[in-house]
Amino acid sequence: MTPPLVTFNQPHPFPGKLIIVEGIDGSGKSTQLLLLQKWLTAKGYNVFFTEWNSSELVRETTRRGKKNKSLTPTTFSLLHATDFANRLYYDILPPLKAGMVVLADRYAYTAFARDAVRGVSPAWVRKLYGFAMRPNMAFYFKVPIEVAINRLLGGMRAQFKYYEAGMDMGLSQDMTESFRIFQARILLEYDKIVSEYGLITMDATKEIEEQQNDMRQLVSTALEHYKPKRGTHGKRETVFWRRFAVPKSE
Amino acid sequence: MENARQYFGDGLPYQNLNELKGKLIAIEGTDGVGRSTHIEMLQEWLEVQGYGVVTTGWTRSNLMSKTIEMAKQGNILDRWSFSLLYATDFADRLEHQIIPALRSGFIVLADRYIYTAFARDFVRSGDRSWIRDLFGFAVIPDLVCYLRIDVDTLALRVIETKGMNFWESGMDLRLGGDLYDSFKKYQGLLIEEFDKMAEEFTFEVVDARKPPEEIQEALRLKIEPLLKNGRAQLAPAGTGSPVKESATAPPAS
Repeated sequence: MTPPLVTFNQPHPFPGKLIIVEGIDGSGKSTQLLLLQKWLTAKGYNVFFTEWNSSELVRETTRRGKKNKSLTPTTFSLLHATDFANRLYYDILPPLKAGMVVLADRYAYTAFARDAVRGVSPAWVRKLYGFAMRPNMAFYFKVPIEVAINRLLGGMRAQFKYYEAGMDMGLSQDMTESFRIFQARILLEYDKIVSEYGLITMDATKEIEEQQNDMRQLVSTALEHYKPKRGTHGKRETVFWRRFAVPKSE
Repeated sequence: MENARQYFGDGLPYQNLNELKGKLIAIEGTDGVGRSTHIEMLQEWLEVQGYGVVTTGWTRSNLMSKTIEMAKQGNILDRWSFSLLYATDFADRLEHQIIPALRSGFIVLADRYIYTAFARDFVRSGDRSWIRDLFGFAVIPDLVCYLRIDVDTLALRVIETKGMNFWESGMDLRLGGDLYDSFKKYQGLLIEEFDKMAEEFTFEVVDARKPPEEIQEALRLKIEPLLKNGRAQLAPAGTGSPVKESATAPPAS
C-alpha cells in the first residue's frame, strides 16, 4: 500500500543505469544499441537487454489482434503499455536494482509518438506510462523518411509490416506510401518529444561506426562515476574457485 | 435539455459521443453479490417491454479473455500489468460492443464497470490517480447501480454458493493466513472503497442483503426513470445487434 516508487518525472533511485534508444523503423537504432552492448560487455559491465513488445504475456494477444485487424488505437496503445509494464517489472527493475546497465530498444517515447499519431490523446498516453522510470540516457536516432525507406527496402527485411506502415489508418492503399505518410507524422511527434524530454539527438544518416563512436563517447562520460556491481562469482571463474581452494597441508 | 454524454477523462479523440442515443447502465458491486443473476433478469424485463438489450461483462472481450486467464494462472504479479490487462479488455468491449450498441439505440447492461478496476487497484496500491487517468477513455454511464453488501453476509453467501477462490480472496496480497481471513480482509477493503466511490460518483445504492425479488424490484425502480425521460429509443428486440456474440438471443422461457 505504498505510493509508486518511481515516476516518469524524476530520476530513478536505483544503482543501475538505464539507456534507451528511439527512432523510426529504419533509423538504425537497433544496430547502434547492439554495438553499444558489445562494447559495454567487453568492458566488463553487466548488461541486460530488453526490447519493445516482447513480453510472453502480451505477445500472443498482440499477434492475434493484429492478425484479425481488430485493434483500435486505444487497445493497440493499452496492449503495448501492458507489455511494457510486464517487462518493467520483470526485465528492467530487477537489473536496475542490482546495479546493472539496462539497454532498452524503444521505450515509452515510442508510445507517445505512435499512439498520438494513431489518434489517442497525447496527454492520456503520457499519464498511462506514469509508472515508468525516467531513463538515465535516451538517444533519438533522427533520420529523413526517404533514407529509412531505402534502408528497409534495400535491407534484410525488404518488406513493410502492416501496422508499422500504419495500414490500419487507411492512409493509402500502397504500403510504401502509407509507411511514408505514417512515419512522417511520427517524426513530427518525435521532434516534440525530443524537446519535451530532452532526448539526445543523433544524426542517423552518418556512417554506422561514426555514430557508434559518438554514442560510446557520450555513454563513457555518463558512466564516469558509475561503479558496476560485480556478480557474486565475477567474470573470472578463478576468483570463484580460489575461494574454495583446500588449504595446502603443512 | 439533456446532459451530453461525457468521457470519464481524456476520452477517445476519434469517437463522437453525440450519436450515442442508447442507455448505458452499469451494475457494480463486489464478487459474489449477485450481479449476473440480476442482469439476466433485467435483460428479460427490458426485452419484454420491447427494448433492445446488449450485455457486456468484465474480462469477456474477444481480444483479452484468454490473456487474462493466462495471467491469472500466475504469470503476473505487478499492479500495473493487472490493471492494464483489465483496461485493455474494457477498451476492446467499449469500442467493439458498448459504443456500437449505444449508437444503434440499445440499452447496454454492463456487469461491472471501471469502478471495479478503481477499487481493485486502490486496494493494491493505495493510489487513486493513475488508475483513474488510465480509464479516462471510458464513457460515463447513464446510471450506476451499486449492489451493496456487508462482508459477513457476503462471506456466508459465497461459501454457500460457489466457494472462495484465490483471486476473490485477494490471496496475491497476503492479507490473511488462510482463504477465509484473506477473503474477509480483501473484500472488506473493496467494499470500503466502493462505499466511498458511491458518494463521489453518486451511485444508486441497492441493499444486496435483501431477497432477490426485492433487489430486482429496487433495480427496476432505479432504471425506469431513465427509460421514460431519457434518450432511450425503442430498438425492437430481434432487429439485429451490432455485436455478433452477444446478439440478444430470445430469452429462454
